Amino acid sequence: MGFYRTHVLVCAGAGCISSNCKAVHRSLVTELQNLELSQEIKVVETGCIGSCDLGPVIVLYPEGVFYQKVQPEDVKLIVEEHLLKGRPVQKLLYQTNNEVFLKYEDINFFKRQVRIALRNVGIINPEVIEEYIARNGYLALGKALTEMQPVDVIETIKKSGLRGRGGAGFPTGLKWEFTMKASGAQKYVVCNADEGDPGAFMDRSILEGDPHSVLEAMAIAGYAIGAQQGYVYVRAEYPLAVERLAKAIEHARDYGLLGNNIFGTDFNFDVEIRVGAGAFVCGEETALIASIEGKRGEPNPKPPFPAVKGVWGMPTLLNNVETYANIPPIILKGADWFAGIGTEKSKGTKVFAVAGKINNTGLVEVPMGTTLREIIFDIGGGILGGKRFKAAQTGGPSGGCLTEDHLDLPMDYESLTAAGSMMGSGGLIVMDEDTCMVDVARFFLEFTQDESCGKCTPCRIGTKRMLDILTRITQGKGVPADLETLETVAKTIKQTALCGLGQSAPNPVLSTLRYFRSEYEAHIYDKTCPAGACKALLAYKVKPEFCKGCGLCAKNCPVNAISGEPKKVYTIDQQLCVKCGLCAQKCPFKAIDYR
Amino acid sequence: MACNCHCNYSAESDDRYQKLENIIREYKDKPGALIPVLHQAQQLFGYLPKDVQTKIAEGLNLPLSEVYGVITFYSFFTTEPRGKHTIGVCMGTACYVKGAAQILKELQEQLSVEIGGTTEDGLFSLTVTRCLGACGLAPVITIGEDVYGRLTADKIKDILDNYRENN
Repeated sequence: MGFYRTHVLVCAGAGCISSNCKAVHRSLVTELQNLELSQEIKVVETGCIGSCDLGPVIVLYPEGVFYQKVQPEDVKLIVEEHLLKGRPVQKLLYQTNNEVFLKYEDINFFKRQVRIALRNVGIINPEVIEEYIARNGYLALGKALTEMQPVDVIETIKKSGLRGRGGAGFPTGLKWEFTMKASGAQKYVVCNADEGDPGAFMDRSILEGDPHSVLEAMAIAGYAIGAQQGYVYVRAEYPLAVERLAKAIEHARDYGLLGNNIFGTDFNFDVEIRVGAGAFVCGEETALIASIEGKRGEPNPKPPFPAVKGVWGMPTLLNNVETYANIPPIILKGADWFAGIGTEKSKGTKVFAVAGKINNTGLVEVPMGTTLREIIFDIGGGILGGKRFKAAQTGGPSGGCLTEDHLDLPMDYESLTAAGSMMGSGGLIVMDEDTCMVDVARFFLEFTQDESCGKCTPCRIGTKRMLDILTRITQGKGVPADLETLETVAKTIKQTALCGLGQSAPNPVLSTLRYFRSEYEAHIYDKTCPAGACKALLAYKVKPEFCKGCGLCAKNCPVNAISGEPKKVYTIDQQLCVKCGLCAQKCPFKAIDYR
Repeated sequence: MACNCHCNYSAESDDRYQKLENIIREYKDKPGALIPVLHQAQQLFGYLPKDVQTKIAEGLNLPLSEVYGVITFYSFFTTEPRGKHTIGVCMGTACYVKGAAQILKELQEQLSVEIGGTTEDGLFSLTVTRCLGACGLAPVITIGEDVYGRLTADKIKDILDNYRENN
């Protein structure tokens, strides 16, 4: 391996790819070749660095200088100024209102994070196994195989307090123990990488940015429970993750880290990829197992749990990607180290995918118990456009919302459940004053209704009825009895649906009803949408005190619903108005009111 | 048997069927083979027509009903051929009143397809979408991931030609 004076890390996460990081990478490589610097400066394509809205981003080491929104035409400047003359390019540095940040580690978004699951993501080239090994990769597997008995491994995981990162938060060590103790001719280790929650992308980021960490953990799990075969079930929507994982499996086999007699022991373990085919319900474990077996991905009643009867009817250990990514550091650094991070019942860290109406979107990994305020305001940089924080949705379509009153809530499994939401996979969608909570509930119900597999009646019909009612309310056709009906149907679905999808589908409705009941009531009784989002309930009106009579609104109105004379107040004909909002957009004096 | 995507292929002259047989042979004895085989078959043919389904069912020794059941369960699999580019015409209110219907009519005429159909050359599929939220740009269409706004019927030909030339 050559010696390089500088490493230029180019983020090749999904966010940066869509903002064209590939072109930046190409011009960096060409520029360095032209100047014959390729032997001195190495360009590395990494996994997601996390700050998706700043893309394309690059980090230059050893200094750790962070450049954001880099365009291909900026590359020449970076090479000539920074790499040749040692002068940072000011205009590409990250800045807030009053400060310019030179280094990656000084930026609040990164500074406050504790990266365990994401320890290598954005730092190594995921396609080069040596880079993973150089960061203590496969050392934990070596330690487990040569220094620990399977029961020691399970004991360590139990003692660490690690809980499932995919949704329900079941203690991981217990799951491993159950599967180890279950009897079966064969056992299987499965990684659930069917990350379907709209708004969550941490699993994809780990698979794309550090696939070996998952493979290593699965092998450790195989050793602990006595399995020789693993499956990673990945969504078809993540082709890059599938590609990188396939490469990682191949490299690990070449190095003898997967296959027979791993580390010279008699332990054999191999991993196969199973690609999903676009069904959200397959994130549910029994449905996922059916899908691995090549069937329709319909869930089955539990018990029997997969630990007893899973893939091909054999004991199966099923964990999510982020859960696995935590395993190698726990084995290496010990259970006490991990248990020392987080809260009493929620140990370690959690990765949140922060999105919505927030300044810094992206992936953040913080200790369990970090407050919502710290995540949204300190790390996330506050609400977009200086607007007012209204709510944050956690747990995706299975979760609920948190309000201003919850800003100081420690984010851990128990607190979130007590607040009527859930940790789920860690999606965190921030909403501001312009977001209508009834419409949000309707949006999630539309999603779960669409994704309901149809096997059980409560989910198939119940979510459809709830969606009908919510749609009616947002259209201004709600009746007073609707709220009670919604609650009754929601509770019935929760109690009777077959699987987690159905049981949790009513959560967004129950949660918004709990915290934003007045918004529902405004839609039903006053036929207004306080957030100004539900089109049917809006009435566009000219505010006479602001109107200067310029006529721009009338000129732009697609249906000629606006009339008036120059320099006099214009009026909007409510019969003709189609509420397209163009007039409010075009008015230079903000004289059109629609709430 | 000719397939129904108007591509003038027949099973005898089409090496894709040979490839399909190879795929089936590779997976035949592996447990849970159906979904991986369907993925590869769809990649090969672009969709999963009935004769492909039949071949897979026979090859993997499964009832055709089960193969069909799995295909229709997963949204990723399609039994209808899709064009290379999917055109979505926004039929939201603002687009509708600004002439989306004329745009749609123009597209239907130029492409000689109905809504939901695919052109004979397999280049375009025509669909109608709900409001895209781009009302200020109305009328709007999307082609793949590209968005075209403030359209008039006379601009359609140039836009389509662009894709035809780049094909």
